Amino acid sequence: MATGFLTDTTVCIGCKACEVACKQWNQLPADGYNLTGASYDNTGHLSGTTWRHVAFIENPKKQRRLSGDVDLIALAEDVTETLPGNAELDGLGRWNFMSDVCKHCVEAPCQQACPTGAIIRNEFDNVYIQPDVCNGCGYCVPACPYGVITQVPNDGRAFKCTLCYDRQRDGLEPACAKACPTNSIMFGDVEDLKVIAAERVATLHAKGYDNAFVYGTPEVGGTGGIGGNHSKFILMDDPETYNLPRHPFMPQVKVKGAFVASSIAAAALTAVVALAFRD
Amino acid sequence: MSGLGITYGRGGATSSLMDLQNSDCILIEGSNMAEAHPVGFRHPMIAKRKGAKLIHVDPRFTRTSALCDIYAPIRPGTDIAFLGGLVNYVIQNEAYFKEYVVNYTNAPTLLSEDYEDMDDTGIFVGWDEQKRTYDFNKWRYEGMPISPAVGGSQGAITGEAYSNRVGQYDGAGEFPTDPTLQHPRSVFQVLKRHFSRYTPEMVEKVCGTPKESFLEVAKTICENSNPDRTTSICYSVGWTQHSKGAQLIRTSAILQLLLGNMGRPGGGIMALRGHATIQGSTDIATLYNILPGYVAIPDANKTHNTWKEYLETETAHTGWWSNFPKYATSIMKAWYGDAATPENDFLFDKFVRINGDHSYYPTIMAMKDKEEGQGVEGAFVFGQNFAVGGPHARLARDGLRNLDYLVVLDAFDIETSGVWKLDGVDPKTVGVEVFFMPAALVAEKDGTFTQTQRMVQWHDKSVDPPDDARSDAWFVYHLGRRIKELYKDSTDPRDELIQAMTWDYGHEGDRQEPIIDNVLREINGYTVADKKPINSFVQLKEDGTTACGAWIYCGIYKDGENQAKNREFGEAPHANWGWAWPLNRRILYNRASADPSGKPWSERKKLVWWNEEEEKWNGIDVPDFEPAKNPDYRADPSAVGQAAISGNSPFIVNADGKGWLFAPGGLKDGPLPVHYEPLESPVQNLMYKQQYDPGVKKYDRPDNPYNKPMDPRYPYSITTYRLTEHHTTGAMSRWIPWLGELQPESFAEISTELAAEKGIENLDDITVITSRGKLHTRALVTDRIPVYDFDGQKLHTIGLPYHFGPNGLVTGGFVNDLMPVSLEANVSIHEAKAFTCNMEKGHL
Repeated sequence: MATGFLTDTTVCIGCKACEVACKQWNQLPADGYNLTGASYDNTGHLSGTTWRHVAFIENPKKQRRLSGDVDLIALAEDVTETLPGNAELDGLGRWNFMSDVCKHCVEAPCQQACPTGAIIRNEFDNVYIQPDVCNGCGYCVPACPYGVITQVPNDGRAFKCTLCYDRQRDGLEPACAKACPTNSIMFGDVEDLKVIAAERVATLHAKGYDNAFVYGTPEVGGTGGIGGNHSKFILMDDPETYNLPRHPFMPQVKVKGAFVASSIAAAALTAVVALAFRD
Repeated sequence: MSGLGITYGRGGATSSLMDLQNSDCILIEGSNMAEAHPVGFRHPMIAKRKGAKLIHVDPRFTRTSALCDIYAPIRPGTDIAFLGGLVNYVIQNEAYFKEYVVNYTNAPTLLSEDYEDMDDTGIFVGWDEQKRTYDFNKWRYEGMPISPAVGGSQGAITGEAYSNRVGQYDGAGEFPTDPTLQHPRSVFQVLKRHFSRYTPEMVEKVCGTPKESFLEVAKTICENSNPDRTTSICYSVGWTQHSKGAQLIRTSAILQLLLGNMGRPGGGIMALRGHATIQGSTDIATLYNILPGYVAIPDANKTHNTWKEYLETETAHTGWWSNFPKYATSIMKAWYGDAATPENDFLFDKFVRINGDHSYYPTIMAMKDKEEGQGVEGAFVFGQNFAVGGPHARLARDGLRNLDYLVVLDAFDIETSGVWKLDGVDPKTVGVEVFFMPAALVAEKDGTFTQTQRMVQWHDKSVDPPDDARSDAWFVYHLGRRIKELYKDSTDPRDELIQAMTWDYGHEGDRQEPIIDNVLREINGYTVADKKPINSFVQLKEDGTTACGAWIYCGIYKDGENQAKNREFGEAPHANWGWAWPLNRRILYNRASADPSGKPWSERKKLVWWNEEEEKWNGIDVPDFEPAKNPDYRADPSAVGQAAISGNSPFIVNADGKGWLFAPGGLKDGPLPVHYEPLESPVQNLMYKQQYDPGVKKYDRPDNPYNKPMDPRYPYSITTYRLTEHHTTGAMSRWIPWLGELQPESFAEISTELAAEKGIENLDDITVITSRGKLHTRALVTDRIPVYDFDGQKLHTIGLPYHFGPNGLVTGGFVNDLMPVSLEANVSIHEAKAFTCNMEKGHL
């Protein structure tokens, strides 16, 4: 059985309990105290010491596409002007929160890039970095299409979400899912989560939220390049809005083309050099 | 909480968080529920998934707004105008629940001819300009006798003791009514005329809420309030912390009565409390003027000279407080055991009396004004950091520094214990001696929480506290033990009470922690003869044969089991998860979930009902009604106690058993709510000549100046609030790295328009200035702060999270230094959610 996450961003309240629960359970350090001024997000991004990160996406009134099932919605299609009397009829979509995490790719580029075999798929089919094998080469860092992994300063090794491997071994759900007050983060069998995700998206569509979709399945959301993700997300806007690639791919697939191209270039240069030294 | 107390009889939240899952519509106003109560917000989110409409009305677009179906902006401090607009909409569109209103409220009751409708002065009839008080006799029902001291209302559970709540009429009686609701002096017609000026156009003008948004809110609420559907209202300190907070909450209470949403699944008013056990701390009497269970404390200024006089003064003729002597006697037996006997009046002669206002604000001022031999000499501070969180916090810090001694129990060296070195003072000049006692945190001790919905949950100790840290209970228990030891041989009569005090909780373990379970047993109560726990407060006696620490908690040790340990999550109303007072009732006034004849209003919304065959009330919840009282029972006009409550009267604590749309007394600033501007407002009151609530109390002192209304030097409104990432004054969060990194510094949220006007960029240094003080902070520029249009004038709001102080890992200036001390007329609360300021770029 493969386990994974389903993160339903439509019920995320941006409380960051997942971030704190993750850091507490995994004993990760705080990353410093810096007011970024970027909405309510002061931790910025995922890293070797931040394995869950809640993104705050501001959709200012004048740019957003309103949706919902209220009367004046016809007026609101692709609005560039404000509604009568500055009315705001639908909060959903105005300020989005999304708890980001390692995607646990089906064909994980980080795993393929790892020269030491430190990155494995464990018995839960999760992508797992063995800290005692990792030698800190950092090849996995650029391989990740999502920017999830970084090397930890003063340690050198790469770290990321383990899907709480230790908790799963004891039959517990991961700390972030346990702490989530609104069940925005769900944990379970990937196949079950797929069904839940499809039902939830159908409900949202029925309510008029046509832009809801599941990110992380090869069929939808364009994650075909890596065979889909075991961490899926229900999103309400374009993937780029959430700082997610629309078409994530495995950097390795470009190796063949690049090898051929550079071989041709090398052959051409050799020929030029050979010509220059003729006689 | 007298807004709810006067209207329904009790001041507590009327339903439960879990019950919000049954709502068809939830109006959240005066609360940023998703941010301040993120765990409780789980239930509105479940309701939303089930199809409920969520509405947020707030001066700022917050994380709560982001999750709601409808967001309506509202200028700070204008909620009565908005809610009054809803009341008017409901009446004008005849969207009220007629059968409910006629039977369960005082809508049909006629007022005496002395009552006159309010004109545009904004002052009710009966105002005495000299004394600045109202004569409640002008507001009485027809046929009600004129009384110089008109009894007291059910005080109860309102946070104030019975006789302090002037208003409940004396004696039973039948007053003329008009069930057609057409009589011009019927409460209904009075209400209709009073709110007729609260039109959608007026709401737009006064509140700055677009008419379209207001109408969408009104329509949605009405569509979801009928025999088959219910709407719930959630509020928090965004409603209480105003110069007219009680009246504000009362407006919502009136609205819910008209819509027939009280006492029904998915209805009610959810008063969200600010801390995990705020409800518990008032229940077990941290307020100076009550004993546990909202029993009036003996008062030297009242007719309380003897035990007999005390009981006579405080006992109501009708309604629940007719039981007062049983509860008061049982407290004396719990505290003084065998030494308290009927012969010695249960030691009442030795008991303490209050002799004035000893609430927070006068006490702080008495600290600051202390002189040799008078004022406050010392303080014990548990779980409080009022050096940061007190209104006008500078006044509090000056007061603390002027004490002789200060004992602070806390987990960290908070600003209250560090006050001797703050504000740039030279510690050599500060006289106070500070004793800092390291305190245990929740997981390090046994105990209970009584949360927002009156539900008590027990928690076991998980780990020992580190080093010398001990529980607060340990400190109090051993202090009491040592005091008793010191006085045991005294022959001074004044020390008799200390000698008589029962202090037999016992302790266990090598750290000698007191046995909290024994405290809970005493709170529950027991029969004196065999020490067996009692199951219900109806078993309490006034002859001294029962002891009980707090009558409202009776039943928490039902059948000898600690009910607060229950953890069974079943179907709503989840009767086996924790235990709720009174008697594990989850939804108060639930008699109203059935029609006058006792049948549920609808199958979908059934909760309790009259069982004809068994001659008793059955239900999913514990009936909040006498179990065998037939719906057809009609009280005799001369009846007393619960016998005066008819079978069709669900509000059993009120004298007449009805919900009070009109309060014929009891509220010091009027029988009906009125829109007034905040005490400090940038604009004039458009609706009435009276600018601010006439009942508001002010302290005119040089260190507490007020910004005058429309003072051009202070053109902006401040609203203060919390962020999810920190807890109140930060005492439990600013020292935690994982929380600190999430919100690492204080900031002020300002609109993009105001930023452009002032040339301020995101994260620029700014200074916020009031006549009390100034705050250095940084700007967070956002369009989530609306700009309000007021007659062509642009009104700006500055949002200030108040968590920060100079100690801890993450720091910031004292936001509450900006605020004045002013007291609301009924419950003496300050006004933190709307006051005026100026703001400039840079640190001035």
